[in-house]
Amino acid sequence: MSQQHLSPLRVPLVTEPRTLGQLTEEICAPMERAPTWKWWAAFAIAVSVLGTGAGIVAYQVGTGIGVWGLNKTIGWAFDITNFVFWVGIGHAGTLISAILFLFRQKWRTSINRAAEAMTLFAVMCAALFPVIHMGRPWLAFWVLPYPNTRGSLWVNFRSPLLWDVFAISTYFTVSAVFWYVGLIPDLATVRDRLKAGAKKAVFKVLSLGWTGSHRTWSRYETVYLLLAGLATPLVLSVHTIVSMDFATSVIPGWHTTIFPPYFVAGAVFSGFAMVLTLMIITRVVLGYEHLITLRHLENMTKVIIVTGGIVSLAYATEFFIAWYSGNPYERFAFMNRAFGPYAWAYWIMVTCNVVSPHLFWFKKIRTSPAAIFALSLVINVGMWFERFVIIVTSLHRDFLPSSWSMYTPTMVEVGTFIGTFGLFFTLFLLFVRVLPIISIGEVKSVLGFARNPHEHAEAHPSTHAPARDVSTEPSSPRLHPPLAIATRKDVPV
Amino acid sequence: MSAPVLIGYFEHEAQVLAATRAVREAGHDLRDVYTPYAVHGLDDAMGLKPSRLTWVCFGAGLLGCTLALSLQLYTSVVSWPLNVGGKPFNSFPAFIPVTFELTVLFAALSTVAAFLVRARLFPGKKLQTLPRVTDDRFAIVIAPRQSPESLEAAEDLLRRHGAVATDLKEVGP
Repeated sequence: MSQQHLSPLRVPLVTEPRTLGQLTEEICAPMERAPTWKWWAAFAIAVSVLGTGAGIVAYQVGTGIGVWGLNKTIGWAFDITNFVFWVGIGHAGTLISAILFLFRQKWRTSINRAAEAMTLFAVMCAALFPVIHMGRPWLAFWVLPYPNTRGSLWVNFRSPLLWDVFAISTYFTVSAVFWYVGLIPDLATVRDRLKAGAKKAVFKVLSLGWTGSHRTWSRYETVYLLLAGLATPLVLSVHTIVSMDFATSVIPGWHTTIFPPYFVAGAVFSGFAMVLTLMIITRVVLGYEHLITLRHLENMTKVIIVTGGIVSLAYATEFFIAWYSGNPYERFAFMNRAFGPYAWAYWIMVTCNVVSPHLFWFKKIRTSPAAIFALSLVINVGMWFERFVIIVTSLHRDFLPSSWSMYTPTMVEVGTFIGTFGLFFTLFLLFVRVLPIISIGEVKSVLGFARNPHEHAEAHPSTHAPARDVSTEPSSPRLHPPLAIATRKDVPV
Repeated sequence: MSAPVLIGYFEHEAQVLAATRAVREAGHDLRDVYTPYAVHGLDDAMGLKPSRLTWVCFGAGLLGCTLALSLQLYTSVVSWPLNVGGKPFNSFPAFIPVTFELTVLFAALSTVAAFLVRARLFPGKKLQTLPRVTDDRFAIVIAPRQSPESLEAAEDLLRRHGAVATDLKEVGP
């Protein structure tokens, strides 16, 4: 708007000058061209990993979960570690889409769609583990409270594992709805670009007859705000409840009140690392460096510094309380964590989660995509080990030394975990092909951010949208200088 | 019975905002404005009232909360009271997590459902889209009074505010 004051401190969110039409072209381009051999290669790898994982799951369901490395002392290990790991990854998506929306962080607009998709895929991966752990996954519906012929034997609403059922399923449903609502206007944009055919018919159904009417936009904005307001406490509740799986027990090392904030911070920490991993590849492959800019990466690394700090504080607090409480079992659990047989896992965790995020204090590292990429992988490894350390080290040396034991995962467990990566990347690669991975409508709304309204985009030959004709339509005399408009010849007006 | 509507196409957010305000001030019957993204300030320019969907959200949340608590109390206290580690049958604090989740679930799903119903968005809807308004154009739709002068005045108004094209169209109600 012309009356807006243009602060010199503000930098444009979209770093290259673009017109609205060019944005549409650019963001829709990957969906409209044939996939490259690189995509096919990545997809082939992801699908074969997924296939192998499915085979391994079929084997363990057919044989029984005795094929895992669990024993009488360690009844929970790899499976729940992976569950917590994947749920945590999902949290960044909701944080970006909901919490940053409430805080009016406009930079979120070019990463929220992909981050939300990542949330959905990560929660799908997470949900697999408890279902596989049931041993007889076809009875998974028993976790729901429905009237049944067993005298109506109800589920136990006092159990944190049941809270998990409600938390994860609500989280998945609300995230999916939030994501879909955000997609509707973009689906209409895609629909209007397509020529009549099967693909257009599909998008016509999916876009629910969206016309761009502002009466609808106005309600849409209200709904989006409400969903953001609902998703914010929801995402905090989900990892809180996941942490209560441990915190409500009486096992030393688990029975702590700091678990909910500690887990939520850890979830955001690992989730942002995963968003960075995915976005750094995506932005280069699709040529979106001006949309997902260095500034986006930098902002996310700053979130990582903060959440990494919270996680480090939690580690320190746990140790302090173990000493200060005077509880010998609690003390032993923590000494055993740091110096016992699993010390290697503990120190991997400390190196990755406590030390490595501090490299982000350096601007050089914060603005180097290669360095961020490497560190994001390190952090994800660290966060996986955090869950492993919390779960296994607290269990393997319990109150009775005669039952002390060690845990090593079997190939079946490792294979299942790797298989979920296959699922995750298969879904993500499909998503990149079939849907606009950047929210077109939202990026358009911030296109003018910190830009002089009279400085309009020149007909900029971008990667995806080759130079187009300058519009020759009549303009009224008191208007801005002639503009270069991305004109599509196939559509009148 | 359908009346012709006058459509003005714009290229810039600022122009469409000013034009919308002018159209309302001139007393024309403003049907709607079509935009490729949510233009802030247009609610005001069009004189739209805040949506009442917030009440749906609140009501549905309340309903979800009540149903969740009732279900847990019924199953744990009335239908089959089960002694779990000596905890009271009505373990109220333990019922809060599920209550919270169902509150959010009901509120979210009902709000979206109410929005889709109110905005008449559904699969298979018969489409009347204006060209390029989901891409890079803004369009103001006016139902002018049925006299040549007022039509001309409206068209002139749109042109003066920067309309790059105007169009007279017969549309359904």
